[in-house]
Amino acid sequence: MGCHKICRECFYSVFEEEIHRAIVDNNLFKPGERVAIGASGGKDSTVLAYVLSELNRRHNYGLDLFLLSVDEGITGYRDDSLETVKRNEVQYGLPLKIVSYKDLYGWTMDEIVKAIGLKNNCTFCGVFRRQALDRGAALLRAEKLVTGHNADDIAETVLLNILRGDIARHGIYSPNAYRGFAREFIKDLERIRPRAILDIIRSGENFRISTLTKMPEQGTCERCGYISSQKWCKACVLLEGLNRGLPKLGIGRARAVKGPKKDVVRGHTRPETQRSSLESKQCGSLDF
Amino acid sequence: MACNGSSSCQSGCFAGGDEEPENGEIHIDRMSSLSVSTPKDGRTSCPKCGEETAPQNPSPDGGLCLACFRASLFGKFKLAVTANSMISPSDNVLVAFSGGPSSRVALQFVHEMQCKAQKNFDASRDRALPVFGVGVAFIDESSVSSITSDEVREAIREIGVIVLELAPPVKELHVGVLESSCFAGSDDGRERLSGLLGTIGDVTGRDDFMRHLRMLSLQKIALENGYNRLVLGSCTSNIACHVISATVKGQGYSLPADVQYVDGRWEVPVVFPLRDCPSRELSLLCQLDGLKTQRFLDRPSSGINGLVSSFLARLQEENPSRERTIVRTAEKLTPFSFNKIPETESNDILAARRRRRAQSAKREESIHSEVLCPVCSSPLDLSESQSLKTVLSSCPTRDEAFAAHCCHSCNLQILPNESLKFSDFYSLLPQPMMERAKDIASANQAWLRMIYPGVQLSGKHLQRQLVSQWF
Repeated sequence: MGCHKICRECFYSVFEEEIHRAIVDNNLFKPGERVAIGASGGKDSTVLAYVLSELNRRHNYGLDLFLLSVDEGITGYRDDSLETVKRNEVQYGLPLKIVSYKDLYGWTMDEIVKAIGLKNNCTFCGVFRRQALDRGAALLRAEKLVTGHNADDIAETVLLNILRGDIARHGIYSPNAYRGFAREFIKDLERIRPRAILDIIRSGENFRISTLTKMPEQGTCERCGYISSQKWCKACVLLEGLNRGLPKLGIGRARAVKGPKKDVVRGHTRPETQRSSLESKQCGSLDF
Repeated sequence: MACNGSSSCQSGCFAGGDEEPENGEIHIDRMSSLSVSTPKDGRTSCPKCGEETAPQNPSPDGGLCLACFRASLFGKFKLAVTANSMISPSDNVLVAFSGGPSSRVALQFVHEMQCKAQKNFDASRDRALPVFGVGVAFIDESSVSSITSDEVREAIREIGVIVLELAPPVKELHVGVLESSCFAGSDDGRERLSGLLGTIGDVTGRDDFMRHLRMLSLQKIALENGYNRLVLGSCTSNIACHVISATVKGQGYSLPADVQYVDGRWEVPVVFPLRDCPSRELSLLCQLDGLKTQRFLDRPSSGINGLVSSFLARLQEENPSRERTIVRTAEKLTPFSFNKIPETESNDILAARRRRRAQSAKREESIHSEVLCPVCSSPLDLSESQSLKTVLSSCPTRDEAFAAHCCHSCNLQILPNESLKFSDFYSLLPQPMMERAKDIASANQAWLRMIYPGVQLSGKHLQRQLVSQWF
């Protein structure tokens, strides 16, 4: 796709068929499942919501779909995107559930900023957001969670992993300058050679990773049961600090925190199911 | 990595000269926090040997004195050579010299090692260990570059002087002209070469194809003149660039083949002793030691290769050890069985002793045969091998068979799309590339089994056979 010039109608049908194939070939869903669609109001998740509801109807997947949005509790910040999600609710006939940081963690971002000041609050927002969809989905008893991660996101993850020395790892939250460079680089690449995005994913899938390569160990947080490589997950550490009035606890030396164990990439199919984390997103980016 | 010398990567490697001063400032900034400097009379003391010297401008990382800086670079070189058995006393080593700082340092270090071996030889009573031989190869690409032939003639003269000064022991300089070594025996090499490059539409593809041709030429020089090692000056920066650009081109599977210390896919094994040296340090050494380089011979990389170089240069500014991190990441990928010096060819006592030591490790390693792309020599991945098998069993045309034999990446960026252009491309190919595929197609049956492990003849052996037949 992409190389050939096709009309609008054909594009729709090719695009939807491609996603259908990805869902069927990879057995992503079982009939009767409750599936949460991570909805940010951005283009990726809006397209995802539309296509999934359409395919569910057309091919009788038998899924119980609903939209799941996260409200960080930053005054004025989510208003527009939540409006979009509410429109999607009506347009596609999918029930919308909004979970707030207040529901999940007992703190809104505004309250957190008040407690720790303007510096370092990105850490909280990022760590909390990474878990928010998962926790929200669990709260709403969803069996699967789909997110709008696209090929560009995955290509970016492959590149970033090489740049920071993790060939077989996925997911340390680190807002670094090179992340911005990497995005720009991918955009430049796409201009020279649109296929490059898919080629990067191809590379990621074909890496010869020795069975001896140390994979991060996966455990669960003793406190909340969320996936964690440590005794407590990062969110619980941060929450503990907040609740005890020591908000600096757990900030800095983020090295020890590891994300869920995963392959380098999953493939370039649009909908990604299950416990997908959002670490490849820049802080402040709302697209999930 | 089939890349000749230093200059293929632009920005990660500073070409020397003009660009140095600003880098120098960066080093000094970093240095001030690192080194133990004594401000009085502007002299600094080296944190390693403690000796007080006048400050260098630009000065090495960590405030080392020139002697310690040299020693640390030479140490990395020597460790790479000895740990990977790159050079043994009976060897005859050909150093590929592009004129850039990396290959200049490679040449210098190989020379120093040879001098030391010579000294030991002269001093020893039994003279049991011979001194390895060294030759220098330069590839003249003026027919397809913007450099005039006068400039190249001048450069070759200067390179001749450099090589002459690196004696004793005497070294021979081999100048290969790209078109004549690729198209041996044909009078119209120049037209063939430009015609061939003209059929490749993609800029990046053309850039990469040139690199493959350069390697063919170097191999030819080495074989014809009895060398059994080819030393390339590829440094950490070159290799980091290659890691990213290979990933971008979808060559994730074959990538580990190109980033090791040894590449034994060739008739004459290729070694990379400067793999652990960043280009910044190599350029600095050239500058401080007054090693002459030929800057105007620099081959600016274009297309995706150029984009990757500037991307890495930018990352490098943000974190000076980024290149090293990238190479370290690539090290985690599993190398191929050909990424070591072939065991059979060295016959001296030392090698035998080494062999015994290595044997226990070797037994555990399963022998995997790889099918290599005839254009870029990348091992084909499973899906490529399988589709090749399908194509070959369906009585394909000559062109179809060749295309199926090439890797995904070459198919997309080097092989022409249109069938007419493809035929031109195929008919203009240098013989070894054509032969590799042809021979494999005719050995169809035996070879098809080769795709799957458990069959003795490997792609490497086949390729080696072919290269020797050709020369």
